[in-house]
Amino acid sequence: MNKLYIFLKYFFIVVWTVFVVAPFLWALTTSFKDFQSVNGGVTYIPWFDFEPNLEGWKVLIKSPAKGGVDIIEPYFNSMFVTCTASLISIILGTLSAYALSRYTFKAGFVKNNDITFFFISQRIMPPIVLSIPFFLFLSSINLLDSLTGLIVVYIVLLMPIAVWIMVDFFNKVPREIDETALIDGCNPYQAFLKVVLPNSIPGLIVAGMFCIIFGWIDFFFAFILTFTEVQLLPVKIVALNSSVTPWWSLSASALVSVAPLIIVAFVVERYLSKGNLSGAIK
Amino acid sequence: MNFKHKYFFLFPGLFVLIGILIFPIIFVVRLSLSGWNSYNPGLDYIGLENYIRLFTDDPRFWESFFRLSFLSVTTVILQYVIGFALAHMVWKDIKFKRFFRVLFLVPMMTTPVIMTVIWRTFFHESLGPVNDLLSVFGVAPKWLTDPVIAKFTVIIVEVWQWTPFMFLLLLAGLLSLPKEPFLAAAIDGASPVRKFIYVTFPLMAPISIGAIIIRLIEASKIMDTVYVLTSGGPGTSTETSSFYIFIKGLREFQMGYAASMSFTYLIIMIISLTIIAKVLTKVLLKE
Repeated sequence: MNKLYIFLKYFFIVVWTVFVVAPFLWALTTSFKDFQSVNGGVTYIPWFDFEPNLEGWKVLIKSPAKGGVDIIEPYFNSMFVTCTASLISIILGTLSAYALSRYTFKAGFVKNNDITFFFISQRIMPPIVLSIPFFLFLSSINLLDSLTGLIVVYIVLLMPIAVWIMVDFFNKVPREIDETALIDGCNPYQAFLKVVLPNSIPGLIVAGMFCIIFGWIDFFFAFILTFTEVQLLPVKIVALNSSVTPWWSLSASALVSVAPLIIVAFVVERYLSKGNLSGAIK
Repeated sequence: MNFKHKYFFLFPGLFVLIGILIFPIIFVVRLSLSGWNSYNPGLDYIGLENYIRLFTDDPRFWESFFRLSFLSVTTVILQYVIGFALAHMVWKDIKFKRFFRVLFLVPMMTTPVIMTVIWRTFFHESLGPVNDLLSVFGVAPKWLTDPVIAKFTVIIVEVWQWTPFMFLLLLAGLLSLPKEPFLAAAIDGASPVRKFIYVTFPLMAPISIGAIIIRLIEASKIMDTVYVLTSGGPGTSTETSSFYIFIKGLREFQMGYAASMSFTYLIIMIISLTIIAKVLTKVLLKE
């Protein structure tokens, strides 16, 4: 019985590992292929099945005039939009979360939990519902196809995540530490900045990572609200896909585009194993 | 504590969010009562005409909605089962625990549309590895162009992409469980299966509800994967609500009608998610 369980367990883990790794391996091998090894039947193993070459990777740094794919600018655009929107969301979200965790609010029938729910419930909003008014709204103030317009929209996407994680986190930070700080003569802002924030760094990192993940992987808003002036990475790659880009350069640019956030997986795992994520979900 | 300070903490975030959102939402409602399209852009007032058309004369919207429900419920159930199994397996000590934990998280860090571009080549009917390997068995499914199989391709890609999120939430839950019930079960000599049914699963019920609801919310937005993988095709066989609204609104520029659809869609989403949350709470917590 126990042996069977252990066998099944490892079997399942191996199957899932293969499934997770398969598309990456496929893209990695494809990125070293040439015309013959893509179109003349499926090939798998470099040197054995086909002769690898670096053509797919070279186009990444070539200028578009020489047949390059030109993903460097979208790369920086994506980073800039994601980081700025995450930073603003974290700052505003943390302040609100702190208020919701420490003070009592009451306006009619609206209480703390309702306000928290209002923040988090913004995730329910289907992007399509917002995209049409945003499209018309941003075009009326000339922010369509601009980084500023995207950042504004991304704040709506990311602030709920920041509030959600930080409210739970602050609830776990003992109230005594702010009360001690207040008794020691800090005003509430000093208490927050000098005492509560330094004690909340793990929470801030977790919230930051989630904001960066969900900002970085968004495609929909970037796709609808930008055209040619600014392009974000996912939109660029999809555009490559619908043009006649060969598979090898497509695979290489896709791999380069998903690479940076894989580092985030290591950070998430660290915090997960330390138990810093447990509060967020309850 | 002082009374006034709390507003200085709360209001910046709250007002920024409301400020960004209030205009679009009011505007969607107003737009849905107008006949704004590419010939006639403007906020005229045509009453409930759009809604009447939607409820009486547009089976395509309702089909796309049921398709969306099918896709999101199926993927979330699969993600939950697989995610729970994976989380349970790397919860206690196994070899290379941290390696597997990181590896199982990786797909959710990758941009869905970019991975979908790779999946497209992966499932390519003549040049992709899947059909090449399946040709050993003499079958060659049309992964992207068969109306039935294409749905399963979407499900496979979604499960690959988002099971890690379920895994993350459930593993975080498992790691936060108290130790005492497990010690008690071990003293009683409970078998692993019984331990799971009577101890682990009930303790995980509230976390499970949370994780399922979060994933359902996100899954109900399925659109970009579909857009890249099949463009809603073949025909309309993988078209979801969001995608259909997108076509009407931003491709055919029937803004007014698209607004009425998106408002209806939003209301249905809120109602059905509330019902699902209530039912899940009842079933899993046996209240």
